[in-house]
Amino acid sequence: MTASLPNAVVTATAVAAVSIRGVRKLFGSGENAVHAVDGVDLDIADGEFFCLLGPSGSGKTTLLRMIAGFELPTDGTILLQGADVTRLPPFDRDVNTVFQDYALFPHMSVADNVGYGLKVKKAPKAERVRRVGEALETVQLGAYGSRKPSQLSGGQRQRIALARALINRPKVLLLDEPLGALDLKLRQQMQVELKAIQTQVGITFIFVTHDQEEALTMSDRIAVFNRGRVEQVGTPADVYERPSTSFVAGFVGTSNLLEGSVASSLLGVEGTFTIRPEKIRVLGTTETTEGSETQGGHDVHAPGMVQHVEYLGPYTRLRVALDAGAVLQVMVQNTGDGVARGPGERVVLAFERRHIFDIQ
Amino acid sequence: MLKPLARWFHRRPLAGLVGLLGAPMAWLVVVYLGSLAALLVSSLYSLDSFTFNVVKHVGLQNYRELWQRPVYARVAMRTLGVAAAVTLVDLVLALPIAFYMAKVATPRVRRALGVALILPLWASYLAKAYAWRTFLDPAGGLLRKTLGWSPGFGLSGVVIVLAYLWLPYAILPIYAGLERLPDSLLEASADLGGRAGVTLRAVVFPILLPAVVAATIFTFSLSLGDYITVGIVGGKTQMIGNVISANFGVNNVPLAAAFAVVPMIIMVIYLVGIRRTGALENL
Repeated sequence: MTASLPNAVVTATAVAAVSIRGVRKLFGSGENAVHAVDGVDLDIADGEFFCLLGPSGSGKTTLLRMIAGFELPTDGTILLQGADVTRLPPFDRDVNTVFQDYALFPHMSVADNVGYGLKVKKAPKAERVRRVGEALETVQLGAYGSRKPSQLSGGQRQRIALARALINRPKVLLLDEPLGALDLKLRQQMQVELKAIQTQVGITFIFVTHDQEEALTMSDRIAVFNRGRVEQVGTPADVYERPSTSFVAGFVGTSNLLEGSVASSLLGVEGTFTIRPEKIRVLGTTETTEGSETQGGHDVHAPGMVQHVEYLGPYTRLRVALDAGAVLQVMVQNTGDGVARGPGERVVLAFERRHIFDIQ
Repeated sequence: MLKPLARWFHRRPLAGLVGLLGAPMAWLVVVYLGSLAALLVSSLYSLDSFTFNVVKHVGLQNYRELWQRPVYARVAMRTLGVAAAVTLVDLVLALPIAFYMAKVATPRVRRALGVALILPLWASYLAKAYAWRTFLDPAGGLLRKTLGWSPGFGLSGVVIVLAYLWLPYAILPIYAGLERLPDSLLEASADLGGRAGVTLRAVVFPILLPAVVAATIFTFSLSLGDYITVGIVGGKTQMIGNVISANFGVNNVPLAAAFAVVPMIIMVIYLVGIRRTGALENL
C-alpha cells in the first residue's frame, strides 16, 4: 500500500499530520441522541491528499469540523503533528478550512478577504499586500483583488476561498465539499488544479466529498465513511479493486452482488461476492465455448437475457437477467467493432474468478 | 365564469396594472400625502388671538415663533435627547438578545423568545404605559417597595418606558439580519484566527449595520413622536408630542402643525445622514 504512496513513505517515521484516536460525536441527548461519528481512528500523513468519502450523514463533515475546532468531540483525541488540539478553539489551531459555501465575507473586497487571516494576526501591511498578491496569483486571479465576492463567478469564489485559506500556510488544509456547487466541467478542471496546488504548496489536504469519482481521481488515500464509522482506508486502487465491505463495494463505483443461490450455482460456493460491471464480458450464445477458449481466463460463464440497454457515449451499460437469478450490470466499451446488443437478446456473461471479491 | 374577464385583462396589461394598484395608489396620494400637505399648509396659517379662530393668512409666523421662543428649542432638544437615549438603550439590550436568538438558542427556545417578543405588541399601549406607572410610582410603586428606589416620574422614567415599548422593534430587524448572516462566516473568521471580538468588529457588525440602522429608525422615530408615555410617566416633562397635543387642545392648530414639522425634518436629516455613510447600500 505504501509503495504507491511516496509521501507516506518519506514521512513514515515522522509524526502524522493529523491523528484521530477513538473520536466520537454525539448530537442531542437521551433517546434522541445520534452518533454522528462513532469511534474513528485515522492517521493522516504529512503532505498527503486524504479524502473522507461517504454519503450524506455518514459523519465525514462532522469529523472535519472537529478537526477544524467548530465542534468538540464527545470522546477521543485529535492530534495535530503530535500535539493534542482536541479542546482548542479554531483560532488556536494551525489548520484552515475551505467551506462548502465558500463563506467569503460579502462586505470585503477579494484582497481583504484573502488578507483577513494576516490582518487578524497583525502582519505588517507591506507583507500583507505582497502575500495577498502572491496568493491571488497562485489561484490565477491576480487582477481581481479590488472586486467584491458578489461580482465573481462560482468557480472564482472557490479559488478565492482557497487562496484565503492557503495564505496562512496552515499545517493542514480542510476542504468541505468545495467543488459541490460547481458544474461538471469546472469541477473536473478544479480537481486537477487543486491537486496541482496541493503538490506545489506541499500542505496536507483533508478533503470531504460524497463523490466517489472525485475521491478516486484526487486522493493519495481514501477513508470510506458509513454511519459514523470508517469502513475502509486505502489508496484509490485498494478501495476500488479490493473493497473490504459490501458498503464500500456498493458506494465506490458500481458493483454487482452475487449472493445466496446465485453464488452457489455460478461459483460453487456459498457467500456474498462482488464483481465490477467493467470486468464482465458479453458473449453471444454461439460464442460461448469458442470464447472461453480464446479468452482462457474467463472461467465463469453465466447465460442470461438482456433486459435493458443504456448508451452512455464511450460505454454502453447493459442490464442482464441471469438464468441463475440476479440481474447484473455490465459495462461494454464502445470500441466500434463490438456487437450491439438489444433488449430480449440471449447472451452469456463471462468473467474471471480473480475479479470476484468475497465480502461479508 | 371569470375566464372572459381574465382574457380581457390579459389583452390589456395597463388595465391590469390600474386594477392592481389603483386603490392603494389613490389611498397613498389622497389620504396619506393629502393629509401631509394639509399639515404643511395649515402650519402656514395663523390664530386670531381674540376669537381663537384659525385665520387663513399665509406666512411663516408660526415657524418664527418656534425659532424665537427658546422654550420650543429646549423642548425639541429634549425630545431629540430622549429619542437618542431610547435608541441607545434599545441597541444595548437588543444586540445580545438578537444574537442569542439567532445564533445560540435551540429552535425551541428561539420560538419561545419570538413569542415573548411579539406578545407584548398585542397588548394595549395604554395598558403597558399605565402598568409602568404603577411600577415607577415614587410613592409606594413596585420599584420603591422592592428596591427601595425609583426614578419616579420624569425624564428617566420616559426613557425607560419608551425603551421598553420599542424594544421588540429593535430586536426584530437585528434578529432578521443575524438570521441572514451565515454561521459559516463566523466560523471562517474564527478559522482564520479571529477571536470573538475581532469577528464581531470585522465581520458581524459591518454586515449587520443595515439591520441596526433599521432598528434605530424605528426606535428613534417612534420616540420622537410619542406623547402618551410622556403624559403618563413623564411628570412635568414636555416633549414635542405633548406641546403639539396641548396646542391642538387650545385650537392653535397652525402652531401645532408647524411644531409637527420639526420631528419630520429631524428624521429627514437622520435618514440623509445614514445614506451618506453607505449603510443602506447593502439593504
